[in-house]
Amino acid sequence: MSSGLYNTHKIDFDTTLDLTRLKPYGDTMNDGKVQTSFTLPIKDDERGEEAARQIAKKMGLEEPNVAYHAALDKEFTFYVVYGSCVHTVNYEDIHVITVESETMGMEEANDYIREHIGRKVVMVGASTGTDAHTVGIDAIMNRKGFAGHYGLERYEMVDAYNLGSQVPNEEFIKKAVELKADVLLVSQTVTQKDVHIQNLTNLIELLEAEGLRDKFVVCCGGPRITHELAKELGYDAGFGAGKYADDVASFAVTEMVKRGMK
Amino acid sequence: MESKLGLNFELVDKARASAAHVADEVQEFINGHTTVTTERAVCRLLGIDGVNEMDVPMPNVIVDHLMANGLLSVGASWHIGNAMVETGLAPQTIAEKIDKGEIDLSKLPAHKDAEVRAAIKPYVDKTIARINKNVGKRNAYLKEFGDKEGPYLYVIVATGNIYEDITQAKAAAKQGADIIAVIRTTGQSLLDYVPYGATTEGFGGTYATQENFRLMRKALDEVGEEQHRYIRLCNYCSGLCMPEIAAMGALERLDVMLNDALYGILFRDINMQRTIVDQYFSRVINGFAGVIINTGEDNYLTTDDAITSAHTVLASQFLNEAFAKDAGMREEQMGLGHAFEMDPAVEDTFLYELAQAQMAREIFPNAPLKYMPPTKYMTGDIFRGHIQDALFNMVTIMTGQRLHLLGMLTEAIHTPFMSDRALSIENAQYIFRTMKDLGSELTYKEGGIIQNRANEVLTKATDLLGEIEKLGLFTTIEKGIFADVKRPKDGGKGLSGVVCKDEKYFNPFIEEMKGVVAQ
Repeated sequence: MSSGLYNTHKIDFDTTLDLTRLKPYGDTMNDGKVQTSFTLPIKDDERGEEAARQIAKKMGLEEPNVAYHAALDKEFTFYVVYGSCVHTVNYEDIHVITVESETMGMEEANDYIREHIGRKVVMVGASTGTDAHTVGIDAIMNRKGFAGHYGLERYEMVDAYNLGSQVPNEEFIKKAVELKADVLLVSQTVTQKDVHIQNLTNLIELLEAEGLRDKFVVCCGGPRITHELAKELGYDAGFGAGKYADDVASFAVTEMVKRGMK
Repeated sequence: MESKLGLNFELVDKARASAAHVADEVQEFINGHTTVTTERAVCRLLGIDGVNEMDVPMPNVIVDHLMANGLLSVGASWHIGNAMVETGLAPQTIAEKIDKGEIDLSKLPAHKDAEVRAAIKPYVDKTIARINKNVGKRNAYLKEFGDKEGPYLYVIVATGNIYEDITQAKAAAKQGADIIAVIRTTGQSLLDYVPYGATTEGFGGTYATQENFRLMRKALDEVGEEQHRYIRLCNYCSGLCMPEIAAMGALERLDVMLNDALYGILFRDINMQRTIVDQYFSRVINGFAGVIINTGEDNYLTTDDAITSAHTVLASQFLNEAFAKDAGMREEQMGLGHAFEMDPAVEDTFLYELAQAQMAREIFPNAPLKYMPPTKYMTGDIFRGHIQDALFNMVTIMTGQRLHLLGMLTEAIHTPFMSDRALSIENAQYIFRTMKDLGSELTYKEGGIIQNRANEVLTKATDLLGEIEKLGLFTTIEKGIFADVKRPKDGGKGLSGVVCKDEKYFNPFIEEMKGVVAQ
């Protein structure tokens, strides 16, 4: 089982980095080493191990090594598998859309708003639809913020309204109009069965139907949100994991200025 | 028990007295009011079940009818009893006839209270007998298999499909889980009714329905008999239907219920008057059914900072204890909650976590404390996450936490896979085995970081409770003192479902259940 304890294989592949043929890296360039773990709904025996190995091969892993297997139940077995990925990608050809704004600190953002907008910016945020999780929107909006990044409520030049969780899209829009919002922030944490996509799409559709889409800078965020996905769904920006209030604020206020919103 | 923390127990007494005073004051409000879900719970306990042609649950049919006719203040018991005297029919038949428009409760002549009470008494007795039988069965299992010493391993299942949940739950039980919690679908807490029947669709969880309770109970009994362990079942007695979920849980022998006095107000924006009345009856029922309740202080730390707001957790534990006592609940059923949620980037936070957990243990010596794993600072780095969970496991075994909700390495990524659960169980078992008696071997340095931290948190919590005592609970919540969340007294969801009780009002189940544990 633990055949790969020490790597004594002679290296028979080109070890120069070629970004047009990019591969995972274990301890030698182009070795393609990856780790994966999964469960199969079968009993834990040699035949199951072979099944795991074959699955790994079909995933493109050469010389798969089933490093560990254990029964989770009579008919369920867990496997940890290592192997060398045969696939490559052309890194040179990859272009991704990212939020293109310099991130300003809180004070810098306040100054920017004073100078370019000249009044407080109203930002309304919520975890919408059936999503009961507020951890995302709280991290962005609550005074304390998250991981040392102050939340929007602390920004002197931002009027931040956190509407909390499970806010229906209709109510969210109504409230945004009422509060004369400039920026809408939608958080989606629970993503089971892609419910977040339907919900995010629905919000944009409602805004468009009411002719309100251009009145707001609309951003979404959550662990499964990428900027690219957000743009695809009709948002101005999307913020995934590792983005904080300052990223959101910087984007939103520069976007407002870009659009001439005063 | 000698305090390892050198806690000032005069402060503990003072904090407890403040909390009791706050709860007692609110209790006067509770005693004067009832709610739609309280009355629907009464209907359920009187044996009214099922849905009508429009899929409206029969308890809602009755309570909506009472509400529409301005009759709710007298309570469902009186009106159903009165209809029984008048018609000689059973509660379920009366419900069906109300649904069809064949009975209008507002048109029935009022019979004498004594007759009304006598009419429903057999139905009350029948339900009480059923719950007694359920508790008897639990006790028999525990006698046969013995109860686990040390922390209960508590895992969640959340597939959305009760049948898939059962597959996951059985596997978890075989791997060593002691408590299975079926997470509810997002959004259920804000439904002002309880869905009906077995369900296979849900987001982030599975509907809490009586049939789903029954199916899971049966599955866990089966696997428990196989494993010679009693596997406890947990669900969520929160939201707009607290007492109804408690009633369903009592009828189907659930063992553990999430059941916080303030959670719905703070985290689901449910009106405070509504929640405070609802939590009372739900806790009376849970108390009677021998259910261990879990309180939700851990949630404070997901919105507020665990280092600076630790005292709000302790203050809330005191309040939850006081409210539970006012509902007649024993300390042995109070799974007061807290969590391992401090920022891993800060030095010595493990010591603070240890101090907090040990402090809770010493202040609430009889409570089966519920300890929640890290969630806020779980990043998707499963490897670090597994270590965070290991540190959390260490605190539990060193401080004698009882309901140990297992952290998942994939927290912040997805609802647990079967393998995630297995890895977590293995992690906890390893630490609980190899560090079993570490806690009793250790003493903490006098005047050291841990002792000082605990005493500082206790002092601040005592001060806070003193302040709350002056302000009263409702004003405290309006000011955003808990979890940094502000809620107006007349805001939030569900206020229209609160009514003042008429002097004729009675709830036979509170009379039978309060302060009693079924046998």
